[in-house]
Amino acid sequence: MDNNTIFLGLAGVLAAAAPILFAVIGETITERAGVINLSVNGTILLAAMGGFAIAVKTDSLILGFLAGMAIGGLVALVVAFCSITLRQSQVAVGFVLALLCRDLAYFLGNPYMGLAGPRLSSLPIPGLEKIPYLGTLFFRQDWMTYLSILLVFASYMYIYKTRPGLMLRGIGERPSAAFARGANVNRMRYIYTVIGGMLVGLAGPVYSLSVKAGWKGTRSGLDGIGWIALSITIFGGWNPIRAAFGAYLFAFLQWLGLVLQPRLPNIPSQVLQVAPFPLMILTLLFVNIGNAEWVDRMLTGLNEPTRKFVSRVLRSLRATPPASLGVPFDQD
Amino acid sequence: MIIETKGISKTFGVGPSAVHANVDITLSIPAGMIYGILGENGAGKSTLMKILSGYIQADSGQIVLDGQTATIHSPIDAIHYGIGMLHQDPLDFPPMLVIDNFMLGHHGSLIPDQVKAKTELLNLEERFGFSIAPESYVDSLTVGERQQLEIMRLLWMGVQVLILDEPTTGISAPQKEVLFSTLRRLAQDGKTIIFVSHKLEDVEILCNKIAVLRQGFLVGGMQPPYDINKLVEMMFNKAISLGNRQPCTPGKVTFVIQALELEDYRLHINLENLELRAGEVIGLAGMEGSGQGLFLRTCAGLVRPVGGKLIVGNNDLTGKPYQKFLENNVAYLPSSRLEEGLVSGMTLAEHFLLAEEQKGYFLDIEYGRSLAMERISDFNIRGTPSTPVESLSGGNQQRALLALLKTPLTLLLLEHPTRGLDIESSIYIWRKLKERCSQGTAIIFISSDLEEILQYSDRILVFFSGRVSSSLEASQTTVDQLGQLIGGKGWEAIMDEVKFNA
Amino acid sequence: MRKLSSTWWNIGFQLLGILLAILFTTLILIFVGAPPLQTYWLIIKGAFSSLNSISNDFVVWVPLILATSGVLITFSAGLWNIGIEGQITLGAIFTTGVLRLLQSTSLPPMLIIFISILAGMLGGAIWAALAGALKTFGGVNEIFGGLGLNFVATALTLWLIFGPWQRPGVGSMSGTEPFRESLWLPQIPELRISLWSVFLGILAVVVVYLLLRSTYFGLKLKAVGKNIRAAFFLGIPTWQYLMISFIACGLLAGLAGAVQVVAVYHRLIPSISSGYGFLGLMVAMLVNYQAIWAAFIAFFYASLNIGAIQLPIVLKLDSSISGILQGMLVLFVLIVDGIRQRLLKQ
Repeated sequence: MDNNTIFLGLAGVLAAAAPILFAVIGETITERAGVINLSVNGTILLAAMGGFAIAVKTDSLILGFLAGMAIGGLVALVVAFCSITLRQSQVAVGFVLALLCRDLAYFLGNPYMGLAGPRLSSLPIPGLEKIPYLGTLFFRQDWMTYLSILLVFASYMYIYKTRPGLMLRGIGERPSAAFARGANVNRMRYIYTVIGGMLVGLAGPVYSLSVKAGWKGTRSGLDGIGWIALSITIFGGWNPIRAAFGAYLFAFLQWLGLVLQPRLPNIPSQVLQVAPFPLMILTLLFVNIGNAEWVDRMLTGLNEPTRKFVSRVLRSLRATPPASLGVPFDQD
Repeated sequence: MIIETKGISKTFGVGPSAVHANVDITLSIPAGMIYGILGENGAGKSTLMKILSGYIQADSGQIVLDGQTATIHSPIDAIHYGIGMLHQDPLDFPPMLVIDNFMLGHHGSLIPDQVKAKTELLNLEERFGFSIAPESYVDSLTVGERQQLEIMRLLWMGVQVLILDEPTTGISAPQKEVLFSTLRRLAQDGKTIIFVSHKLEDVEILCNKIAVLRQGFLVGGMQPPYDINKLVEMMFNKAISLGNRQPCTPGKVTFVIQALELEDYRLHINLENLELRAGEVIGLAGMEGSGQGLFLRTCAGLVRPVGGKLIVGNNDLTGKPYQKFLENNVAYLPSSRLEEGLVSGMTLAEHFLLAEEQKGYFLDIEYGRSLAMERISDFNIRGTPSTPVESLSGGNQQRALLALLKTPLTLLLLEHPTRGLDIESSIYIWRKLKERCSQGTAIIFISSDLEEILQYSDRILVFFSGRVSSSLEASQTTVDQLGQLIGGKGWEAIMDEVKFNA
Repeated sequence: MRKLSSTWWNIGFQLLGILLAILFTTLILIFVGAPPLQTYWLIIKGAFSSLNSISNDFVVWVPLILATSGVLITFSAGLWNIGIEGQITLGAIFTTGVLRLLQSTSLPPMLIIFISILAGMLGGAIWAALAGALKTFGGVNEIFGGLGLNFVATALTLWLIFGPWQRPGVGSMSGTEPFRESLWLPQIPELRISLWSVFLGILAVVVVYLLLRSTYFGLKLKAVGKNIRAAFFLGIPTWQYLMISFIACGLLAGLAGAVQVVAVYHRLIPSISSGYGFLGLMVAMLVNYQAIWAAFIAFFYASLNIGAIQLPIVLKLDSSISGILQGMLVLFVLIVDGIRQRLLKQ
């Protein structure tokens, strides 16, 4: 395989990671506010189908993407309502919606299976695209991929460098203190859940209108992506840049599976395609291991320099969730 | 700014078990001074401060600032009026950076000017002599430093009135000096400081005026020079009807502590040797957070001591798990009945079945019911076997908790056994506890009620700021003496050796 | 209003939830242009019109009720055992493995089947214990640990089907080589259902019901689930109970996987768990963790699945409508219960 093909492949990785980025960053924002939206898997499927259907009906890509966002926001609104206002378990509602939205997607999408729809075309950046290798990699993408890269940096800036982002972090860490500092915690949680949901919803049409164009129902291969996005959110430590690393790693592993396929005839292709899934999730063990009690106890048994080193490694790996994640806040 | 409260009243709950936290409190606090509010646990200090700082709303009454009535519906309203509160556990964000904590909540542009904020922080630090690195994490700071950060933040937000709720619990002596000089400077600058505390010594040196609350009422005020005895009387005095003390005749030694050393986030405590005999009752006195809870949990096996030994009966149980303590007939009753003692959603009968020795694998529902009926009548619990425990009143929950204990017990540890109970229930509970004494159970209990401590204990340990007194004979201790000790005064007179944390 | 807490109001609210679910499902049907009444009628016919269809209902019911029973145990302990899908899959894998191992020996077939079923239960239990260990010792939330293990199980299945356990010739999505008929769990002639599996299903739900309601273990587990701190203070060894509940659920999930192999598909296929794990979670949520209704609700859900099968053929509708109704029921019961609790507070 020559260099150009490799870079073409890697460019594909960037594009394939784009929808995952939207979903992961959306969920990161929601979880930063202290709410878990477990419905991501279903939302992506429903938004992919809905976005595709609207795009086919109106022959407009933009409306397709907007429809996806709207669907994502609507599902997130249901999650927010049930968990913030009705105080039901966030996990319960999210889980049911994950399954329900998936079935809705298959059912409502039936008439659209196999249809050809508008497809996002690439938008090469004039001038920059001529750079050897890097041009192929970065500057011949479609605008959704560009947007996803921008989103990573924009969300990072928002969360860590702006005033409202600071309050967002406060709400997730200690809602009572944020309340004392003037935040309407429950209202903000609604807003961030819906915004996060809209970003998750955007991932859907990025698949059905670009990366995996069309709607193929149960064979769309999208079932499971949402669960991966949830794990990458944790792997990413609720930090957009680290989460982006996780998303790119995952897309890269999938591409690697395809590439290595002919060289490893003994391993069935389906396995290689599925392999990144468990790998990503098993890494959760490593980012969580610092949180376990027995590790603390074991650490006290080590001598000082070893302990400091291990401690530092664990601290950097550690993904400590926002302290109030999943816990309802009694604002009255 | 002059703060006045006019007829502030607040009641929690309804019916006979309602708590009148504040009753018609009217006071006037001038600007530019340090105003102390004294009172024991449950006197109403916290409630009043929460009302002033916007966390809760009064049932009736008004807050008047500089002659104008103020409507304060939330903490941020209070800040806008210039009233800020420093909680005992500062309401900050431990996992975040100091500089982020400092900036969070302050008004300004979309992108906060971190340079300006940092400069402001360092300027304030210089003015008051603090030294906190802006780039460190709040969870790596000591309690004293977190307080300092919060004070600086409130000042930056423009507060004119600073309320401090028990600020000297858990900070070191040098930090206390720094805090006091800071407060004096602020008062000189024209700010009003409201200093809520139970520590007589602190209040004595710091405050320009003191008001005393007791049982929800404002019982009086005082200006310097302060008469400590009078203050204690105002804080604690009740119609003491000690009645007949009925100590049990103590049996042999059943519980021994040797050179115990305890530690948690705020405190480090050293205890001298202690021996308990069967049937003896030891009362732990002191304000909340002084270490009694930590000590009691250590005796229960829930916390490992960092040094020393615990011996129950003939077994050295130091460092052993909680289960081992249970096996050795030690029992622990937490004060938060529904959070830690009882299982919300399960009935009385189910609890009794759980507590009893397991008979086979299958539940005998009839047995459970009859067992429950037995205990219900035994302990006079107002409920039926199928009543879910969360519907019981506080008093009945406590009776249920007592009824769950197994017999016989070597050591019974109680955290606030009669908290929130009316007088009748309290007397009943103690009758039951005394029954256990006569069966040979040793009891250690925590209480904020001096009368209870004096009435029922054989010996008393007083906890203050990480120090523990040697055991006092209850029959030879007076209310005043106890009150003073709890407030931190009079230790030198009674102790031969004082071990404390510097 | 005190009345709101009484049983009649309770039932009333639940009925309201059911009605809302049916309403919204009907709206979806109308939106797609399908005739609602005819659709419902077709589903009912599809599920109940012939002996064949009723026996198919039972074929779905058995693994579903096994999964539900298992999940009721973990719910009782306060756990969200999302990993149940993987546990069913591992049960199927172990069962297939043992069958393959023993199929050419001279052991009596019923014995082989029996051993393979036990192996399946073991497989499910091991997988569940892994999730439990990840939670107790690794601090990994059981939702994500379970999810991860689900994916690992799927990958494992695919590898086996396309690798070592390949059909002679080429591996295909249709699964491994089917086992000979003597290794099938004896079925009623003409029908796909085996009375043995129905028996196992009934046995499971009865055992779990008794376990949770009538034993000390069940009572202690309930305490752990409702208030783990208080349970600890009362002397219950909490982390052991959590592990045991994982393993117990794993045994039942493994049994479901075993039944799928030995009584339904007679081979290992890629999606051997057929989503019964997640569906079992939904059934358990709907019965509000009360085991007594589980068997009936599970049967209802099973017949929905079967009834919807011919919808694509007759009405050109995707059969996922059954999943929609199943999901709507749980969602609206959750919503309505939340509203009722809020009204109760006021």
